[in-house]
Amino acid sequence: MSDSLLLLAMLAVPAVGAAVVAALPGDREATAKQATLGVSLVVLVLAVLATLAFDPDGERFQLTSSVPWIPGFGVDFALGVDGIALVMLLLVGVLVPVVVLASWRDTSPGRRSMRTFFAWLLLLEACMVGVFAATDVFLFYVFFEAMLVPMYFIVGSFGGPRRQYAAVKFFLYSLLGGLVMLAAVIGLYVVSEAAGEGTFSFTALNDLEIDPTAQRLLFLGFFVAFAIKAPLVPLHTWLPDAGAEAPIGGAVLLVGVLDKVGTFGFLRYCLPLFPDASREFAPLVLVLAVAGVLYAALLAMGQSDMKRLVSYTSIAHFGFIALGVFAFTTEAATGAVLYMVNHGIATGLLFLVVGMLIARGGSRLVGDYGGVAAHAPKLAGVFLVAGLASLALPGTNSFVSEFLVLIGSFPTRPVFTVLATVGIVLAALYVLLLYQRTMHGPPRGVLFPADDGGTADGGTTGAGHPAGGATAATAMATGTATGTAMATGTATGTATLPRAARAATRVHDLSRREVAVVAPLVALVLLLGVHPQPLIRLIEPAVVATMSDVGVGTTDSPEGTD
Amino acid sequence: MPIEAPDLSLAALAPLLFVFGAACVGVLVEAFGPRESRHPVQVAVALVGTLGGLVTTLLLAGTAEVTAGGALAVDGPAVFLQATIAGLAALSVLLFAERNLDPARSAFVVSAAVPAGSARDRELLTVQRVQTEVYPLALFAVGGMMLFVAANDLLVMFVALEVLSLPLYLISGLARRRRLLSQEAAVKYFLLGAFASAFFLYGLALVYGATGSVRLSDVRSAAGGGDGEVLLVLGLALLVVGLLFKASVAPFHTWTPDVYQGAPTPVTAFMAACTKVAAFGAILRLLYVAFGPEEWTWRPLVYGVAIVSMVVGAVLGLTQTDLKRMLAYSSVAHAGFLLTGVLGYPGTGDPAGSGVPATMFYLLAYGLTTLGAFAVLTLVRSGDGEATHLSQWAGLAQRSPLTAAVMGLFLLALAGIPLTSGFTGKFAVFRAAIEDGAWPLVLVALLTSAVAAFFYLRVIVLMYFSEPAADGPTVGVPGLPTTIVLAVTAAATLVLGIVPGSVLGLADQAAIFVG
Repeated sequence: MSDSLLLLAMLAVPAVGAAVVAALPGDREATAKQATLGVSLVVLVLAVLATLAFDPDGERFQLTSSVPWIPGFGVDFALGVDGIALVMLLLVGVLVPVVVLASWRDTSPGRRSMRTFFAWLLLLEACMVGVFAATDVFLFYVFFEAMLVPMYFIVGSFGGPRRQYAAVKFFLYSLLGGLVMLAAVIGLYVVSEAAGEGTFSFTALNDLEIDPTAQRLLFLGFFVAFAIKAPLVPLHTWLPDAGAEAPIGGAVLLVGVLDKVGTFGFLRYCLPLFPDASREFAPLVLVLAVAGVLYAALLAMGQSDMKRLVSYTSIAHFGFIALGVFAFTTEAATGAVLYMVNHGIATGLLFLVVGMLIARGGSRLVGDYGGVAAHAPKLAGVFLVAGLASLALPGTNSFVSEFLVLIGSFPTRPVFTVLATVGIVLAALYVLLLYQRTMHGPPRGVLFPADDGGTADGGTTGAGHPAGGATAATAMATGTATGTAMATGTATGTATLPRAARAATRVHDLSRREVAVVAPLVALVLLLGVHPQPLIRLIEPAVVATMSDVGVGTTDSPEGTD
Repeated sequence: MPIEAPDLSLAALAPLLFVFGAACVGVLVEAFGPRESRHPVQVAVALVGTLGGLVTTLLLAGTAEVTAGGALAVDGPAVFLQATIAGLAALSVLLFAERNLDPARSAFVVSAAVPAGSARDRELLTVQRVQTEVYPLALFAVGGMMLFVAANDLLVMFVALEVLSLPLYLISGLARRRRLLSQEAAVKYFLLGAFASAFFLYGLALVYGATGSVRLSDVRSAAGGGDGEVLLVLGLALLVVGLLFKASVAPFHTWTPDVYQGAPTPVTAFMAACTKVAAFGAILRLLYVAFGPEEWTWRPLVYGVAIVSMVVGAVLGLTQTDLKRMLAYSSVAHAGFLLTGVLGYPGTGDPAGSGVPATMFYLLAYGLTTLGAFAVLTLVRSGDGEATHLSQWAGLAQRSPLTAAVMGLFLLALAGIPLTSGFTGKFAVFRAAIEDGAWPLVLVALLTSAVAAFFYLRVIVLMYFSEPAADGPTVGVPGLPTTIVLAVTAAATLVLGIVPGSVLGLADQAAIFVG
């Protein structure tokens, strides 16, 4: 049946594409970009086809295929999706072409070829597809770990000034989590071996009764890995560094998709395989989740670096997702899955816009910008949409999911839910403050360096001049057209020009390419804000199945009792 | 008194005969061959010997017999490990034969007898003449290793230990560059090695005293009888110490960094790959065949040294600034991981446990990867010698993307990242240990893996994420032999990571000891 090959094709196409792009000669960067975009669009088409072939009311896992892979270990190369995995695949399919287009004009520090960047990107896409489509625990683990390598190179080779530190920190955190999970994966196999035949198949393991002590240990093994990945609060410190230092494209995929593997893992592996342990540890997880919502939101407000700020907002959002997962109601879990998709779109959009601003100014600091809206209205508009989606304003996509999570969690976990609600207020604060500081007010900062010297902060502007020059050079190094324009602007001695004209030469509004980058995501923000039903249709049966694994029957769920 | 000739199965001994025969031919060539043609002839002889050994072992697959008057056991593990040793040795010979990298055409000294630093030595430094003693010496070592893993008798095991060790001591001192360091390494290796051999011999004597036999099967049946239990356990401990020394397991590892650093890099590659296989082959056979029923005696010992070895290797590896020393500590850590596999003892009732195949697979995977990593080290040179200091590798990916990519692959494999052979091996040994209930040990192993990953990553960071230094090293263009080695090891590292099924199956089938 051809449907079963869809997932395999989604895996193979980007993997082969990565090899082809990597094998292109070094001077064919344009071809490499076009090929990468083409491949990622093919994957998007395949994801859409998979969605069309998927029957929400059918079997739990569909589009399945399985071949023995390592018989000695009882490992099958088994692929298949439930509704949850399917929407994640759709998210991957949408985000990767957007990221490719957003990275079109990036250049790397040093003289590295961007061709390598695109090859890693495609390899990353293959791994992401694999991690969501695997229905064999070993296969899942392989992709889970293999995914680190392309991301490590993307951050380490193409990131910001502290990229080495960030890349190694990211890798070691994830590897440590992964290794703990490896022990649990092997443990799971040994448990299944003791119960009959050793297997890694998810469905077979799902039917297994595991004794409580073993469940607890195995749950913790998986949980630590996913909590680092997601990340939950005490284990989150790698994300702000990696998010801040990664190139924008990498950062979008890092928080948009890679981190979702953690929450996806909770839903797919922790809850169904270890239901008793999940219930037992749920209060602990909820404490971490709510602590994350509040703590990360407070930290986000205190950040001066925009990329770090966005990374912290993500940590807060992951708190909401974890709350939804471990509240054990169908509504909350559906909301959590929807949140995973919406967060990928909204935060991805926010990262992209911030990246466009940084490409213009060459600085990541909030304090280096001001009054951009007057000169770049389109940029400011998209910024606002992204920000509002991030704070879950009604009408945007995130509202639906956040609302579902909160309303679903309240019946079972009222205290945690009320505490988490405070996070919504904080979210409004950090988003609106960021928007206000950078977009409104008088034009100032690196984009307007030659301001009238008579202003109060003449000292800082004086000192700002060389810095401005340096950042202009950085912007040029990042290769944006605007960067070049800025440098020439400085060179031609702007002091004689009227201020408005000067600003016009310095701050460009969104280019056509940039509009093409943000347009699909803005459209999704609005569309899913008013019409999330199709996604919920896909998600809900899988969530119901998961919840019944944990022992939450549909009749016990709030919608049944209400 | 008539002397009965022992029964000899020539077929089962063919691999050994091939290798030792080639070694003897090599000695004759050294004595009588004309100087100009010696190098190609020696390389050819060595390749015929090792590849012949490989092919004959492959033909022996499935054999399980005790021969040579019960002194040799040609069984599954022996044949699998002999094939591994012969194959890795053939690759090492290719590394020895490389003539394009060193400006003086060889990594080996022209005349080992000339004192280092003397006028004659300086004169010979640039001479393009190549000495070829290393080939027959290496072949004797290979023969000794192949005998070691098949020894069914403690005395034969001791003889094999000496046959494999003595040539290694010699060829460690044959480096053309930094000769004093090389000679120091050779002396250190010899002194400590002799010490370890003495331990082994003393242990042998004690075991003989306790059981009245040196035959492994007799030791097995005599053990547990109650008499001389103390002697037996003491003897076992001393025997194991001798073997752990060869396997460079901490705390018996102190020679490893110095010798790995001082020896000519192709020899280091040879030792790191083949000696490890041979030593673990002997450890498996000694513990499983002779002391299988006495599992309680060696289990705590192996458990303890495994932890010590992993921790020492990983932690001290962090502090190294020389790549060869770093790989040496990595080898100590990997020895610890291998010991977790050794713990997966199948138990007396069930011969098909997963400890033996897991350990054998790990040995093959690790041997190929580490051989490849050392082969890459021979390519990166500054001045006349190799650039092994970490800082010299900064920005290598921009100078030579292919070299950096291959090295990156080996490092990821050593770190145990999935889709490389290192991951499959680790998975196999950890599974064996967990099945045996040793999960605390596996947790330690996983934590030390994460620590060890840091120093492998550091090299990748340097190669890929740092800007190249202005007067950095040059990357030599390897000749055909090194190219073959790199291609084979890199391909094997990937294949054993992506589709390891068939090799794992082979190891599974070959996991049963006789004797």
